[in-house]
Amino acid sequence: MAGLALYIHWPFCVSKCPYCDFNSHVRDSVDQDMWRAALIADMAHDAALTGGTPLSSIFFGGGTPSLMPPETVAALIEAAEHHWGFAEDIEITLEANPSSVESARFADLAGAGINRVSLGLQSLDDEALKFLGRAHDVREGLAALDIAQKVFARTSFDLIYALPGQSADAWQTELERALGFGTGHLSLYQLTIEPGTRFATLAARGELGEAEPDHGAQLYELTQACTATAGLPAYEISNHARPGEESRHNLSYWRYQNYAGIGPGAHGRRGDLATTRHKKPENWLSAVDRNGHGLQSEDPLSAYDQGAERLMMGLRLTEGVSRDRFPAALLDRSAIERLTAHGLLYPDTDRLVATPQGLLVLNSLLAEILVD
Amino acid sequence: MTELSHIRNFSIIAHIDHGKSTLADRLIQQTGGLTEREMSEQVLDNMDIEKERGITIKAQTVRLNYTARDGETYELSLMDTPGHVDFAYEVSRSLAACEGALLVVDAAQGVEAQTLANVYQSIEHDHEIVPVINKIDLPAAEPEQVRAEIEEVIGIPADEAVLASAKTGEGIEEILEQIVQKIPPPTGDRDAPLKAMLVDSWYDPYLGVVILVRVIDGVLKKGLNIKFMQNGTQHLVDRVGCMRPKIEQLEELGPGEIGFITAQIKEVADTAVGDTITTVKNPAPEALPGYKEVQSVVFCGLFPVDAADFDKLRESIHKLRLNDASFTFEMESSAALGQGFRAGFLGLLHLEIIQERLTREYDLDLITTAPSVVYKLSMTDGTEMELHNPADMPDVVKIAKIEEPWIKATVYVPDDYLGPILKLCQDRRGIQKQLTYVGGRAQLVYELPLNEVVFDFYDRLKSISRGYASFDYEAIGHREGDLVKMNILVNAEPVDALSMIVHRAAAETRGRHMCERLKDLIPRHLFKIPVQAAIGGKVIARETIGAMRKDVTAKCYGGDISRKKKLLEKQKKGKAKMREYGNVSIPQEAFIAALKMGEE
Ligand SMILES: Nc1nc2c(ncn2[C@@H]2O[C@H](COP(=O)(O)OP(=O)(O)OP(=O)(O)O)[C@@H](O)[C@H]2O)c(=O)[nH]1
Ligand code: SF4
Ligand SMILES: [Mg+2]
Repeated sequence: MAGLALYIHWPFCVSKCPYCDFNSHVRDSVDQDMWRAALIADMAHDAALTGGTPLSSIFFGGGTPSLMPPETVAALIEAAEHHWGFAEDIEITLEANPSSVESARFADLAGAGINRVSLGLQSLDDEALKFLGRAHDVREGLAALDIAQKVFARTSFDLIYALPGQSADAWQTELERALGFGTGHLSLYQLTIEPGTRFATLAARGELGEAEPDHGAQLYELTQACTATAGLPAYEISNHARPGEESRHNLSYWRYQNYAGIGPGAHGRRGDLATTRHKKPENWLSAVDRNGHGLQSEDPLSAYDQGAERLMMGLRLTEGVSRDRFPAALLDRSAIERLTAHGLLYPDTDRLVATPQGLLVLNSLLAEILVD
Repeated sequence: MTELSHIRNFSIIAHIDHGKSTLADRLIQQTGGLTEREMSEQVLDNMDIEKERGITIKAQTVRLNYTARDGETYELSLMDTPGHVDFAYEVSRSLAACEGALLVVDAAQGVEAQTLANVYQSIEHDHEIVPVINKIDLPAAEPEQVRAEIEEVIGIPADEAVLASAKTGEGIEEILEQIVQKIPPPTGDRDAPLKAMLVDSWYDPYLGVVILVRVIDGVLKKGLNIKFMQNGTQHLVDRVGCMRPKIEQLEELGPGEIGFITAQIKEVADTAVGDTITTVKNPAPEALPGYKEVQSVVFCGLFPVDAADFDKLRESIHKLRLNDASFTFEMESSAALGQGFRAGFLGLLHLEIIQERLTREYDLDLITTAPSVVYKLSMTDGTEMELHNPADMPDVVKIAKIEEPWIKATVYVPDDYLGPILKLCQDRRGIQKQLTYVGGRAQLVYELPLNEVVFDFYDRLKSISRGYASFDYEAIGHREGDLVKMNILVNAEPVDALSMIVHRAAAETRGRHMCERLKDLIPRHLFKIPVQAAIGGKVIARETIGAMRKDVTAKCYGGDISRKKKLLEKQKKGKAKMREYGNVSIPQEAFIAALKMGEE
């Protein structure tokens, strides 16, 4: 079933959230015709190089792709089908912000071919939403969720937790409420302070910080328990789904399969090449105009790099990675033995799988088991 | 040359910070040695490190011309000395070259330990002592009380002590007059064979090795073939002069005069301070007594933070040593810290200064291990050895006896703080020898193991007494002690750089502190890490570093791979920089902080 995954980036947002380090930009106006044409051209370029494999998933990410005109979404889906063809059960996801303006378009987006939506709900607390700089409040967000669940075949939403001062009880209450909405998928992220964001400035001034590791760990464990009880166990560090409801598109990243990425700043993996598109919207646009595509670079990945990436991504999954998928020389056997003894990896000879404790310290664990 | 009767040679001595260098400024200014524009604060403290810390490390000599009230012009040689006990050797050299001393006492602080130590040295040289009560401009100044203290404590007449302020300039004229009137002129025979004392030497980038001399008999001139009597080497004098403090070339230096010569000498190491300089042709029949040799009392390891910098460190240490013979060094290698040196110093401040000069003047990042002293070991096979480095301690079963160096410490402290200071000395295995009260102050004499002093005694003393206690010490030889080697084990593996020799009774406390400190310094790992202090096989203290709880990237999708991989590489690189002990990576900073002196 290993088809190709296609990622399409829409870089515009209504306003910039203080925690956000995505390639998102606020622009007064967007020349919709020009952008549609440019995305289609950029797609055509990659399609010519990756043809032959039908698409198993498309993901419209951003930015805020729910601000895209539904016609543009429809045109891109149509073009994609024309270039690659679709696997029978293709998953087409769009990231959406839950404002009333956007939810009014959900039906049209579904009509354009979107069959899965990922909603940036972020919190079920108005204070928290304000702190996170979100444009919607809880009521508006839940209304959008309601519409989404009616309109789209599959719905997921995001929550950010481990906010400053958030207690375990408060989070548990919020999470249980969230699980009660009955979506088949949830993305639950702990707040992290990323460089280059407004929160990073606050953090540098000492006015804001990430949760203490011990508290963060406690909240994480609580999250695992609650979601498992509700039948949406974690399948990745921050992602939970009812079995079968996993994001197939994202799974292809974690399983390290090929994916095409088009639009500003999109990344792709094409065989042993890492493709990168111009990040700034205007630069990307002029590159497409000039070259017929928005590529900034195609960098060959060494066998080591590919193995390291496969490991880095695969270990995020509760299914882990198959050991025969990368050169044995890449792994520090004695470190693996030691960490298995410490209960951070499962004692499995075929697959490398991190235990729940292992997942919590995955960065350090990777640094240990990956040979230089 | 100047008539002997018109020469005055004197040192300025005092406890640290009582204003010697500032007073020297005023004397230079008053006699016109420097113009207003050329003047800076403590102009004789010319090393960066002296300027920054506001202390004198190296003694400096200046020649002044002063026209006295009697109408005659006198040639004064002033030697500004350091006040800190670690640099006492600089004082003793200077004193040996003079006939008198200006004893500066801070009008607000009164007599302190180093005041006394320097006075005693000066008296040993039969010096005329001219007391100066300085800083009388300070609101807290108690000049009359200090005057009484000088008479009572030191036992020298102080009724004529000049009340002065090196800040405002008050009393400076009077000081100059008293120098002329009270300090005796030198004696010497111009026609006798040359006999000059090698007071000091240093490397000057323009002049090469410069030698400070005090001529006793005879004359030193350019073109003269001279001989260092102790070293046995011969040199041709190519320059004779004095400092005002700017360099001034002279025709000659006659008896009683202090000045400098250069003689195309390559390295400071080729000149031994205290040596006697004479001529090849007509040598003096006997040499001057020379100086007491200075001996390193504190040792520590110096390692480059980056192992690749070892060659640079070696080069720098050699270079610095060319300029400063006050420290010693030898190669050392450590499993934890790599290649480095074990260096010997005159005290902790000296250690700190040398370390800082290396870091700064040679742009090196250094790790300094815990300071230690020299132990004398008598082995069961009858041999003896000196132990400079705890890591070299032989197997205990081969050791018959360990002796450690002791000192006689004189502490001078206001009564109010006496109690806690007595306790401190007691806690450090001190033996009280004497306790005398002199007007609101106590003079305490204690015998103490040096080992207990190098740790953080001085800092504790200062903090207990809020800076009022002063301290001076002299070595009194080695004594047997119940000493053990304490190892620090991280995840069951001994860390050589952290091992130390301690008294059995103090081992547990010291071990506990070390374990607690390391617990904070070693980052959490993926597993629990025991940190233990042990003597032989016996664990005496233990802490556990809990396992890391959380270190994971919340979001990682297709676009993040390259970036997250870079982070992973960075994490791996950081790990590679650390030292591994039993699978535990210990960052360099942890060693540095754990070994940092004076913070317990
Ligand atoms: N108010 C006042 N301050 C003074 C006077 N003389 C010196 N000081 C200050 O006291 C401090 C120490 O002066 P220094 O001249 O460096 O003392 P020192 O005795 O040479 O010190 P070491 O060489 O380190 O032993 C400096 O901050 C001076 O400015 C004075 O007469 N009055
Ligand atoms: S809406 Fe999403 S992409 Fe846009 S700024 Fe906020 S978090 Fe970033
Ligand atoms: Mg000074």
